[in-house]
Amino acid sequence: MIRIEPREKISNSSTIFIPIIAAIVSLLFAAIPIISAGANPLIAYVEMAKGVFGSVFAVSEMLTRATPLIFTGLAAAIAFRAKLWNIGAEGQLYLGAIAAVTVGSGFFDLPAIFLLPLIIVLGACAGAVGMVAPTYLKVRFGADEVVTTLLLNFIIIIFLQMLLEGPLQDPMGLGWPQSAPILDQGMFPPLIDRMRVHSGLILAVILAVIAHFMIKHSVWGFKLRAVGENSSAAKHAGININRSLFGVALLSGGLAGLAGVSEVAGLKGYLTADLSPGFGYAGIVVAMLAGLSPIGVIIASVFIASVFVGADSMSRAMGISSFLADLVVSVSLLCVLVGGFIARFKIVRAGTGTRFYD
Amino acid sequence: MEASTVLKLNGLVKRFGSILANDDVTLHLQKGEVLALLGENGAGKTTLMNMLFGHYLPDSGNIEIRGVNGDLVPLELGNPSAALASGIGMVHQHFTLAENITAFDNITLGAESLFSLRRNQRKAEKKINNIMSNSGLEAPLDIPVGRLSVGERQRVEILKALYRDAHILVLDEPTAVLTPQEADALFSNLRRMTNHGLSVIFITHKMREVLSFSDRLVVLRQGKNVGSMETSNASEKKIARLMVGSETQKVSPKRITPGSPILSLNDISVAGRSKRDSLQNISLILKSHEILGIAGISGNGQNVLADLISGLASPYKGSILLKGVAIQNINPLNMIKLGFGRIPEDRHRQGIVGGLSVSENMVIERLDDPLIQNFGFLRSSVINDNAQTLSEKYDVRGPGIDQASRLLSGGNIQKLILARVFEQQPEIILANQPTRGLDMGAASDVQRHLIEARDRGGGVILISEDLDEILGLADRIVVMRDGNLNDVNSSSREAIGLMMAGESV
Repeated sequence: MIRIEPREKISNSSTIFIPIIAAIVSLLFAAIPIISAGANPLIAYVEMAKGVFGSVFAVSEMLTRATPLIFTGLAAAIAFRAKLWNIGAEGQLYLGAIAAVTVGSGFFDLPAIFLLPLIIVLGACAGAVGMVAPTYLKVRFGADEVVTTLLLNFIIIIFLQMLLEGPLQDPMGLGWPQSAPILDQGMFPPLIDRMRVHSGLILAVILAVIAHFMIKHSVWGFKLRAVGENSSAAKHAGININRSLFGVALLSGGLAGLAGVSEVAGLKGYLTADLSPGFGYAGIVVAMLAGLSPIGVIIASVFIASVFVGADSMSRAMGISSFLADLVVSVSLLCVLVGGFIARFKIVRAGTGTRFYD
Repeated sequence: MEASTVLKLNGLVKRFGSILANDDVTLHLQKGEVLALLGENGAGKTTLMNMLFGHYLPDSGNIEIRGVNGDLVPLELGNPSAALASGIGMVHQHFTLAENITAFDNITLGAESLFSLRRNQRKAEKKINNIMSNSGLEAPLDIPVGRLSVGERQRVEILKALYRDAHILVLDEPTAVLTPQEADALFSNLRRMTNHGLSVIFITHKMREVLSFSDRLVVLRQGKNVGSMETSNASEKKIARLMVGSETQKVSPKRITPGSPILSLNDISVAGRSKRDSLQNISLILKSHEILGIAGISGNGQNVLADLISGLASPYKGSILLKGVAIQNINPLNMIKLGFGRIPEDRHRQGIVGGLSVSENMVIERLDDPLIQNFGFLRSSVINDNAQTLSEKYDVRGPGIDQASRLLSGGNIQKLILARVFEQQPEIILANQPTRGLDMGAASDVQRHLIEARDRGGGVILISEDLDEILGLADRIVVMRDGNLNDVNSSSREAIGLMMAGESV
């Protein structure tokens, strides 16, 4: 018989070394399919590193990929801190994007200094709206938000497809299911000339830093942590649980909505139904990797984006199947998650337990 | 050693990490004897019994038990089925019964052969009836255990052990859930069984039971056997000295005259989990300078009453008056602001947020206070200074005020809650089982604070299952039974015990 117990204290060395060891182990595992595809894994990993850090272009691509992950990662991390399991970031992302193209593609012809903030605020609000119904159902009737937020994703995507073939369809788009483009003054300015990385990244990093500070030092963050750690004690101590949950839910939805805004107004310019290759769900992985810490979300997003972009460019350079890239991504995620688990928990044989019952 | 020894524990050592839970414990049990195992919380009583029953593997030492031919043979360690097979029966403090099946099924469950297709029900029934008439332990066999009373469930638990031919019975705090009368009945039944050759070890920290019912007693302190004696040679003082290593003073407050009423509940009804566990038209008056003791077996509405005064439950009928003014919004925050101090029953689940630091838990009830926050941001230096001061004043010991409060021991968690509550000088204090599970030192600290609050002019509602605690502290006692409150006119244990059991006096 074995038992799994949380470690009381997580040592500093293990928080540094376990991720590094996990990354090395994942490279060893990923070598197996690379060898069987007939490529030299050492050269493949060099190509992978080049694809992420080899040039300004490579770094720009990686950061472009990391930007939406920071938003959705924050959305998940903040909600999970309060034990509110928002699995609906994917749908909220699309709500944010819908709001962005609705107001940004000529509805208001404002100068950039007004239009971009308007797009950002309305996009965040739209994402937040996506959390209202699931949170109300949870608070009022005890409906499980995992189910409601997850199912809402599909409803929103189908709703989006309807919009893209109806009211939002670009009249100049030759019948393609896509929206009209956002006006130039509504776009996030690029960070580097002729590169895709845009200032949405700056917004994401600033929000992560603010979230980190608020969770640690504000009364709001205190309540959020108390509700998440032990809601019955928080209630007993006079904290209004429902109000805290609603606040967290709206914020989480808003951050996910910003992921959509940043993709559509920072990168693509117009909205299609395949805007996100699952950024909403990847945000959950990012948040777990980050140990639900907002600063950790930045690091975890960069890591996941590096693996994605690096593996992709490696498969192109080596002429091996692009499915291998997906495989490398999955293996490294699993290794890092298992490593994080080992850092946080210990496995004990029953009968020799360290629990002290008396 | 005499021939009648049935069990010997020789030099048992058990270590959990850096904690030495049992340090070279040696003891023996005679046939037909009732041995009381005493010690404070954390003294190692339960660890020792868990090694006997094979739940834990000792680091060193061995156990010998009387075999079929009457000789002592070594018991296989770390194996519960070996312990069962050699006739050791254990009755845990928290029952291990399946509530949705009958007592008969609970007793026979697991004792039948896996490979026979038909249950030999008649034979099993005959055996159980035989045990019941020999021991005097009667329980209805044919209704689901969930519908039995706590006392009946405990008898089923003991019958389960005896059905497996236990000749050594270990009882972990058997009277914690019983009325004094039920406890007396249990002990007289145990005595009947020891006359038939059963040997009993019971774990307890209630002096009265040890002195009146055991033959011999063993005291554990910090994992060591610090003394064993014949009960006839023991006295309460002697035992207490062994248990804590020095003499402790029993808290016995001076009686003072209560002041004017500060809190009154008028004809209040609150819905609970069951009809028995809800409040029905109760009225109650609490005066200043008064400790009001609420006695009763748990599950008779005490927790609903506690929830009401904590602000967690609202009445559907009746009103609460604070100094003559009805309280409009019954919610936890409002109750705190009105000057209610609440010490919850379950300190881990309701008292503290384990993941937050000690200093954060000390201010969790006053987050609106401008001393604590500035425009929504925590004033961390004030919060830390506050924790530093209170930790010293209330003697909260732990790994540090910035560390997670779940790392504190139970007694220190309770002191943290005391610091948080009493520092606000509450006018009304609700203390729900405030000393349950605490060692004597921490328990007398808690009681001292309750008395101080009363002397300062506060009113204290003390809910406790420990009748001795209520008799020692309370200025006035009411008994709670089936969601009703009954005034107590006499202060005799027997009269209160009968009222707890629902009999009219």
